[in-house]
Amino acid sequence: MTGLMQGKRGLVMGLANDKSIAWGISRALAGAGAELAFSYQGEALKKRVGPLAAEVGSDIVLPCDVSDPASIDSLFDALAERWDNLDFIVHAIGFSDKNELRGRYVDTSRDNFMMTMDISVYSFTAVVQRAEKMMNNGGAALTLTYYGAEQVMPHYNVMGVAKAALEASVMYLAEDLGKDGIRVNAISAGPIKTLAASGIGDFRYILKWNELNSPLRRNVTIDDVGKSALYLLSDLGSGVTGEVHHVDAGYHVVGMKAVDAPDIDVVTGRKDG
Amino acid sequence: MSDVADRVRKIVVEHLGVEEDKVTDSASFIDDLGADSLDTVELVMAFEEEFGIEIPDDAAETIQTFGDAVKFISEAQ
Repeated sequence: MTGLMQGKRGLVMGLANDKSIAWGISRALAGAGAELAFSYQGEALKKRVGPLAAEVGSDIVLPCDVSDPASIDSLFDALAERWDNLDFIVHAIGFSDKNELRGRYVDTSRDNFMMTMDISVYSFTAVVQRAEKMMNNGGAALTLTYYGAEQVMPHYNVMGVAKAALEASVMYLAEDLGKDGIRVNAISAGPIKTLAASGIGDFRYILKWNELNSPLRRNVTIDDVGKSALYLLSDLGSGVTGEVHHVDAGYHVVGMKAVDAPDIDVVTGRKDG
Repeated sequence: MSDVADRVRKIVVEHLGVEEDKVTDSASFIDDLGADSLDTVELVMAFEEEFGIEIPDDAAETIQTFGDAVKFISEAQ
């Protein structure tokens, strides 16, 4: 697939480490010839993103706090100094107080609700708003969502509500930008053990459940997501916009536990209810 | 126990890039081995993967030193 992204330049936001979905996507894009830039938030992430960027041949590593409009402006100003054109962006950013990613959704605080919506939903619109101005020959934007937007998943709580709003914003952005040849899509990835997922309660149980009950009888990897991202961001996806594409081993079509799936408590060794 | 300690030490040395002899029972990941808050989460994830166990958040918070990690993992297995 070398060459599919030859001459294409894109910004990846939300890379944390080599377990990140953004890393699977970056590797797939770079492997197909794309030139990448990365944004990070804070020093702890900077020291992680720098070496990974270098691994895919990038020296453009810029700070950005998406909760601060001035910081997003600075990011795009700095990017414009290096590149006169942008072809795609990857938005892999979400955040919520992990104390509210367990227990009951109904107990969500106003402050955390607002913060979760700001960082996990509005930030995508905010970056697309700036990216649009650099996409002179059309382009593509991709964000990441999860099935918890469509159906209730344990502990996902306010993040599920935020992902539902994010998926709706994909549709509206697709409509606004379609006439300029800019496509906007989302990948709804199955559960993957990332740094962000470590904040979700009972994550190992969720992984096991998906592995035993998805049609492919496995969990997806960051490389699975990377390959689908490559399709959506490259010319292969030229007719696709406004789409939420499931990369979840088919889990979203399942209506009940697989008959051949063993009792999950036996598998996980979980004792309490 | 010693097998667990060796495997935990290997993960810590590789992840934090520290000398093996610095990883003593009382060595604190943050205070003595230079870990930041994300390192501590990444270490816990690496322990979970290596040993096939789940380390809940409240337990993870009590794992401050190399000795704490070895003790927790030995008991969890």
